[in-house]
Amino acid sequence: MKYVDEFRDPGAARRLADDIARTTTRPWRVMEVCGGQTHAIVRYGLAELLPPTLELIHGPGCPVCVTPAAILDLAHDLAARPGVVLCTFGDMLRVPGTRTDLYGVKAAGGDVRVVYGPLDALHIAEAHPDRDVVFLAVGFETTAPANAMAVYQARQRGIGNFSMLVSHVLVPPALEALLAPSDRRLDGLLAAGHVCSVMGLDEYRPLAARHAVPIVVTGFEPLDILQGVAMCVRQLEAGRHEVENQYARAVAPDGNHHARALIREVFEVVDRDWRGIGEIAASGLGLRAAYADHDALRRFGPAPRVAAPATECLSGLVLQGRLRPTECPAFGTRCTPDRPLGAPMVSNEGACAAYYHHRRAAR
Amino acid sequence: MTDGASCALPLLPSLVTLAHGGGGRLTEQLVDATFRRAFDNPALAARHDGAVIAHAGVRIATTTDGYVVRPIVFPGGDLGSLAIHGTINDLAMCGARPLMITAAVILEEGVAVDLVQRIAGSMAAAARAVGVPIVAGDTKVVERGKGDGIYVTTTGVGVCEHPLDIQPARVVPGDAVLVSGDLGRHGIAVMSAREGLAFDGAIASDSQPLWAPVAALLEAGIEVHCLRDLTRGGLAMALVEIAATARVAIELRERALAVDPAVHGACEVLGLDPLHVANEGRFAAIVHAEHADRALAVLRATREAAGAVLAGRVASGEGVTSTTAIGTTRVVEAPRGEQLPRIC
Repeated sequence: MKYVDEFRDPGAARRLADDIARTTTRPWRVMEVCGGQTHAIVRYGLAELLPPTLELIHGPGCPVCVTPAAILDLAHDLAARPGVVLCTFGDMLRVPGTRTDLYGVKAAGGDVRVVYGPLDALHIAEAHPDRDVVFLAVGFETTAPANAMAVYQARQRGIGNFSMLVSHVLVPPALEALLAPSDRRLDGLLAAGHVCSVMGLDEYRPLAARHAVPIVVTGFEPLDILQGVAMCVRQLEAGRHEVENQYARAVAPDGNHHARALIREVFEVVDRDWRGIGEIAASGLGLRAAYADHDALRRFGPAPRVAAPATECLSGLVLQGRLRPTECPAFGTRCTPDRPLGAPMVSNEGACAAYYHHRRAAR
Repeated sequence: MTDGASCALPLLPSLVTLAHGGGGRLTEQLVDATFRRAFDNPALAARHDGAVIAHAGVRIATTTDGYVVRPIVFPGGDLGSLAIHGTINDLAMCGARPLMITAAVILEEGVAVDLVQRIAGSMAAAARAVGVPIVAGDTKVVERGKGDGIYVTTTGVGVCEHPLDIQPARVVPGDAVLVSGDLGRHGIAVMSAREGLAFDGAIASDSQPLWAPVAALLEAGIEVHCLRDLTRGGLAMALVEIAATARVAIELRERALAVDPAVHGACEVLGLDPLHVANEGRFAAIVHAEHADRALAVLRATREAAGAVLAGRVASGEGVTSTTAIGTTRVVEAPRGEQLPRIC
């Protein structure tokens, strides 16, 4: 397949792996920020190609994992209401709030529909003017432009029965929170290529400088990730801490102006609770007052205050790179992919599941 | 920053959810906790596509399956052809020559008679093509809103005319794993038609009867240990189940597996693994290692399995692994629930 197979070439992968092994003289911990990168690392067994002293830490970039329980509970309440159609991406269906998940709400009679994009939800709203159509909008900066477009069009076209329950999160404030503690356990970062294709590189330069950490904006194919790791290790070994762009075929240094203008038109920066991590100031996007008519939180909210359920799961520490999954007392015993205690053990992209599978494969 | 106490904990639901219907581990868990426990018997415990029971010196195979596909008509087939192919294939996977089929049809009030005629016609045509009569049936009508157009349940009866005991428990380390063709076309064709997705090139379902290639293997005297059609949950589900039942490891070579470029593209866009996507005209044959080359030649000589490949081998150990495109090893998991597009 064109533009994909080139980035899955075994010979080139081996050469990059050899390059990384030659360059690495000390133990380093490199965090890949995005769940899509974690997926590729697990899918292609990339850790197998790296020297044992080079550890990949899986970061907080899984929007499904960090969506707070309060938002999910509100989504579940809304979906259960007669007259409401709740639309979202497929992988949100299995994420539990404090009481149930969207599969459960649907089984109990709620109208829950899987869509491929927010504009599909807008079309459903147009087709059913008698129903309240709510789109559960999660994700990082990558999905923000499309979601902004749906809300923008809803207002332009006067589709009053369309609203959005927004739980958007932003990468740089989360990285700031991860990098700030003096006992942080990561040396370098692979930033998420698709996020930067929208936002550009500028937000990352102060982070790299302030925390003396190399940041390499990296793509999602196996060779992208290996090259990102190689660039990061070269910086670490040389004592440099700059922002570099491995994913130049998709990321322009100043990002996508049109997409950012649309985000600015529709969204404003708000404080956001990250599931498992806690509230991070100015780390999310919410709808501006001008779009209040399409804001599900204003129309149906506020989201209920919920107490975190008591559990043995330490996923918050794992998502911050502060605890290796294998260091969790429940790992592989009371917590496995078949009987998971938390989100990172649920899917193949989750950090805990990734470690679990890799260990099995190595055995 | 708080501690990590508020992570997303998956819940065990008290209601059946759509995720229980995906053919993955959740389906297994539901069936284990309900029907398998209630019906418990040796034929069921073999965990095969159908049951083989010896009576008066004859080994009779039987299987039953419900078909609820939406849309009812999709590129490359419809509900009717799918039901007949699926039943023939479940018998074929027992190594049984299909003898007869029965069908129960549930119609929803308001469904067009033209559509019912079309489905009846395609059931008849699919059955005629393999010379198997549909010998009995039942028709019920439910109120509007209580069904989804047409549901079909088919039962097949066949006979094993060879001495082999074909079932997962017969698989041993050293065996060769053959896959009869390219993967994922049925699942992507149905998903595209259902959701109105347009991908490069029209993707048609691979739905077809598989008795002819199985018969060819048996007639050639291949020592077949296990056969499995790659329906819900795809190749991954089939092999994970076989490995678990036989208590062996299966090692795949991903580069050997064929995936149509359009299917590959659709899977990339939707975040699906082609190994998890359903097929309705593909099967895995696990055969004695020494027969692998001959089995491959026999399969390739048939129209239905012309694209057969040697996909991997059985080893001692547990689980399914795959050598990836870049030469590393990964664990192949059974899909957990429904195949849904991921956000990232």
